[in-house]
Amino acid sequence: MRAQARRQLAGWLFAAPWLIGFLGLTLLPLIASLALSFCSWKGLGLGTLRFVGLDNYRRLADDATALKALGNTAIYAFTAVPLGLAVALGLALLLSQKRPGIGLFRTLFYMPNVISGVATVMMWTWVFNAQFGLLNAALRAGARLLVALGVGSLTGWDPPNWLGDPAWTKPALVVMSLWGTGGAMLVFLAALQNVPEQLYEAARLDGASRWQQFRHVTLPQISPAIYFNLVMGLIGSFQVFNDAFILFGGRGGPDDSALFYVVYLYTKAFQHLEFGYASALAWVLFVIVLALTLLVVRGARRLVYYEGDQ
Amino acid sequence: MSALPPVDLAASRRAILARRVRAAIGLAALCLLAVLFLAPLLWAMSASLKSLDKVNEFPPRLIPEQWLWSNYAAALTKLPFLVFVGNSLVITIAATIGQVLSASLVGYAFARLPWRGRGFWFVILLATMMLPAQVVMIPQYLLYKELGWVNTYKPLIVPFWLGGGAFFIFLFRQFFKGIPKEMEEAARLDGASEWQLYWQIFLPNAKPVIATAAVMGFIAHWKDFMGPLIYLSDFRTYPTSLGLHMYQSIDGAWTNYLMAAALVTTLPLIVLFAVGQRFLVKGMLLTGSKG
Repeated sequence: MRAQARRQLAGWLFAAPWLIGFLGLTLLPLIASLALSFCSWKGLGLGTLRFVGLDNYRRLADDATALKALGNTAIYAFTAVPLGLAVALGLALLLSQKRPGIGLFRTLFYMPNVISGVATVMMWTWVFNAQFGLLNAALRAGARLLVALGVGSLTGWDPPNWLGDPAWTKPALVVMSLWGTGGAMLVFLAALQNVPEQLYEAARLDGASRWQQFRHVTLPQISPAIYFNLVMGLIGSFQVFNDAFILFGGRGGPDDSALFYVVYLYTKAFQHLEFGYASALAWVLFVIVLALTLLVVRGARRLVYYEGDQ
Repeated sequence: MSALPPVDLAASRRAILARRVRAAIGLAALCLLAVLFLAPLLWAMSASLKSLDKVNEFPPRLIPEQWLWSNYAAALTKLPFLVFVGNSLVITIAATIGQVLSASLVGYAFARLPWRGRGFWFVILLATMMLPAQVVMIPQYLLYKELGWVNTYKPLIVPFWLGGGAFFIFLFRQFFKGIPKEMEEAARLDGASEWQLYWQIFLPNAKPVIATAAVMGFIAHWKDFMGPLIYLSDFRTYPTSLGLHMYQSIDGAWTNYLMAAALVTTLPLIVLFAVGQRFLVKGMLLTGSKG
């Protein structure tokens, strides 16, 4: 019995760092931010804290900038995530074939996912530069090639002003996000390697074409990986901050076309010190992310195939 | 009957040819993609070695006529960049050590120690993975402000000594769960305490997970931007991420220096990636398969 009690105590003590952290830095702040979202507060002494009911949420519904930021983020998420999954799956398929030097390619495709941050976003600003950037240099070269082949003409055509034209800022962010798709690629690669070879053999015996094998063997078998990448991708995209913040120097880009939700939240909280309103923004984000996840989970029940033992 | 063999031969030759063509196309695609993935880094490197005139030259050229390595020295002295690197190291190492130590402790509690409420708290732990950081960010800031921690490194370090986040705890828990019971029974009979079991038996066996957690933690803290942006305002305390951002807003027109500084900041990550790739892959796949 004494030994039992000792292990019981040891359990609590070992878990104590997290229990303290959870209560003090997660649960309490979670409750506090919900409470704050019904208040108006500039952070100057508790005496100035004022209960305002649903005002912050009503204000959000009328705040054109907030809605624009939410729209920008949604457009980005629903473009970048599906495209990212397609690219990641394509890369994984290319890498799943046995050939010499494949490890080197895997390393190259995965690296951007690991190293991307403030520094690499700055490198991308130079890639996107309308006049001197690499991307437009490549587009101009491609266009000249087409003209040389007699397709179309160059008069009146200019490559996109990626960071200066409101129509192109979000595509630029999507392109940049594709560069970091290596994490999802690894998950797909592992899933592809777990597909039993007999399934392909059986399909070939039944005369299935390569496309049919992919559609009816590969896709169902890797559906848990697709599902995982989809949920994680959506959750991540709605919280994008660094990319949008750095690419446009902490502002929203031309015509606020690249103002992302969390960038707006940051501005409201830490530049305008509107802690109540910013908390309401945060809770709306929380509800959106939760709703999206539940939606994907419900959809997954019909579409995802799990091995019996998983 | 006699007509069959030659037909078969031609068909198999066609099949071999088709396979070779497919392999060649695959290799070409891989090479093209490799160039695309490296392009931003190469483009930045090209700019970092040019003079400002040549950077802003139209049409742009990839290979600089003159390789100005002196740009790197200039970039690193324009701002106290080495101070930023030192700051980054202090924050990153302190936070990563705390994260690995506390996550291994808590992971051990969830994997090997029977305590009341363990199952309940484990569900809560997993649920916190779904919580967007932004929801708790503001009260956390207000709390740290109350404690006088703003403009110190404490908000960037201390929280990571408190469990180090659900993912890392989960990583250690999965590993400790897989260690056979016989390992600890002999030591237990010898009268080892719970702490001795953890510190002398389990932790030394967990080197691969420790490496995974350390590499992932180091990279995450080195890259962190929002934390320093919120908590630090004295530029002498900036880590590299925030220092670069300041550089961009003050001297953004000096593209060559900016690219040099960005590359120098990324270099430790590239080296760490090259060294620790297998640990990163392991961590990535654990989230993928069990998340």
